[in-house]
Amino acid sequence: MKAKNGTTLFDRVVEATPGGELLAHCLQCGSCGGSCPSGPDMDHTPRGIFALINAGLEDEVLSSNTPWYCVSCYACTARCPQQIPITDIMYTLKEMAIHAGRYDHPQAAKFSETFIGFVEQRGRSFEAGLATRYHLFHHPENVVKLGMMGVGMMRRNRLALRPASIKNTEQLQKILAEAKSIAAKGRRS
Amino acid sequence: MSTKTYPYYPGCSMQHDNHAYAASSIAVAKALGFGLDEINDWNCCGATEYFSVNRLPAYSLVARNLALAADEGATEVVVPCSACYFNLHKTDKNMGKYPELGANVNKALAAGNLHYDPGTIKVRHLVEMVINDIGLDTLKERAKRPLYGLKLAAYYGCLIARPESALDDTEQPMMMDKMLEALGAKATPFALKTFCCGGHMTQISEETAFEMIHKIIKNAADGGADAIVTICPMCQLNLDVYQSQANRRFGSSYEIPVLYFTQVIGLALGLKPKDLGFGQEFVDAKSIVSKIQESPPPKERPARRPKEALPMPAMPE
Ligand code: SF4
Ligand code: SF4
Repeated sequence: MKAKNGTTLFDRVVEATPGGELLAHCLQCGSCGGSCPSGPDMDHTPRGIFALINAGLEDEVLSSNTPWYCVSCYACTARCPQQIPITDIMYTLKEMAIHAGRYDHPQAAKFSETFIGFVEQRGRSFEAGLATRYHLFHHPENVVKLGMMGVGMMRRNRLALRPASIKNTEQLQKILAEAKSIAAKGRRS
Repeated sequence: MSTKTYPYYPGCSMQHDNHAYAASSIAVAKALGFGLDEINDWNCCGATEYFSVNRLPAYSLVARNLALAADEGATEVVVPCSACYFNLHKTDKNMGKYPELGANVNKALAAGNLHYDPGTIKVRHLVEMVINDIGLDTLKERAKRPLYGLKLAAYYGCLIARPESALDDTEQPMMMDKMLEALGAKATPFALKTFCCGGHMTQISEETAFEMIHKIIKNAADGGADAIVTICPMCQLNLDVYQSQANRRFGSSYEIPVLYFTQVIGLALGLKPKDLGFGQEFVDAKSIVSKIQESPPPKERPARRPKEALPMPAMPE
């Protein structure tokens, strides 16, 4: 099935994933889904998603919760008899869903964005701070629960009050800005 | 035995929420005579979040660390967190494997006056470095207080055994099991030793995360473990901090302490629990110390096959 710009969904997924061309060799054996710890909560197993990609069913693929429930454990990738970089394809699908404004799991996407915000501003992440800020903005109902855990973490000296920062944030930001512009050019072409 | 100083990438979770790992790594390094020297101005590896939505910036973010280390003249970097280890390792490998990616990353790095030639730095996990460079024989020799009687489940987590890193067998890694045995403990059978701890899933879907955490804890308990031994701050956090919540959800009542491998080595070396960060865990780990016995427990003989059992060949011992 051809998409608007003349390339198939399959081609675009392959193009955007290092090593993605191996996807053409998928046997539909299901080892990936059977190995996936998140499988039961996914709309489609990885195998299922690959069948949909092959069939060009872009709507289903981009609105599936599957890549958002992927925990990046690489169990599927380790077991795939065809060495398909499945986890990396999950990442590609997340990126495609975000750029198409089509992701169906705003909670997970927002979590990633919050995390990335910290990294880009400071060069360091802030696990506990991230959790608090994330829940505060997106799940105020969870803050009480989280607050309790936070107190436990603090009592055990496991929660920093201020996120750290690298010295040369300027250098890092220049690098990331350049990387983003290269990536954007790649998407346009 | 190695007495050298290793370039070191501590990673963000070493900085704040895991003093136990940081303190015990430093104490163990001191006792064993090797040094860990932080790469100047290292930045976050992006965990899984950055890679998953922003591929090229993520590779560039990670590559900045490799470039900084190479500029300091390093040829290897030791990493205590499995996620950081995995990202650094994957970036080095993929920059070489996919030349276009490597070129683009270097184009981005150039904006910050940096450059990295893939293959310059060998990325190593702290546990692998201790096992291979210090060696099990030395650990055995130096174990003043062998961990006799302790039953420990070696939990590798998902990332270090994957083909990307290829540190050990992908399904049944054994290197840490052998290390625990060298320290005098018994490594318990643990089928889910490479099952994912859930990573950041606790922030996205508790249901999915708690199920994964519960499965791992249950499997370790079924194997008879007194404690789980981890090599990654994220794994430790998930299995320890969320253990009671996972219990509540599944109506179980596990109380299995979750230790860092450096804490376990430290105990065997005779270091004081408080210098190893004991007391910062959620599931109390002090019980572990009192379970250590003076002498090795008698060897368990494998149970004899009952007479009425099927005629299967006996396994060699
Ligand atoms: S394990 Fe590999 S070959 Fe089998 S269905 Fe999954 S992606 Fe396809
Ligand atoms: S990497 Fe993602 S898709 Fe693959 S098994 Fe793990 S959670 Fe499932």
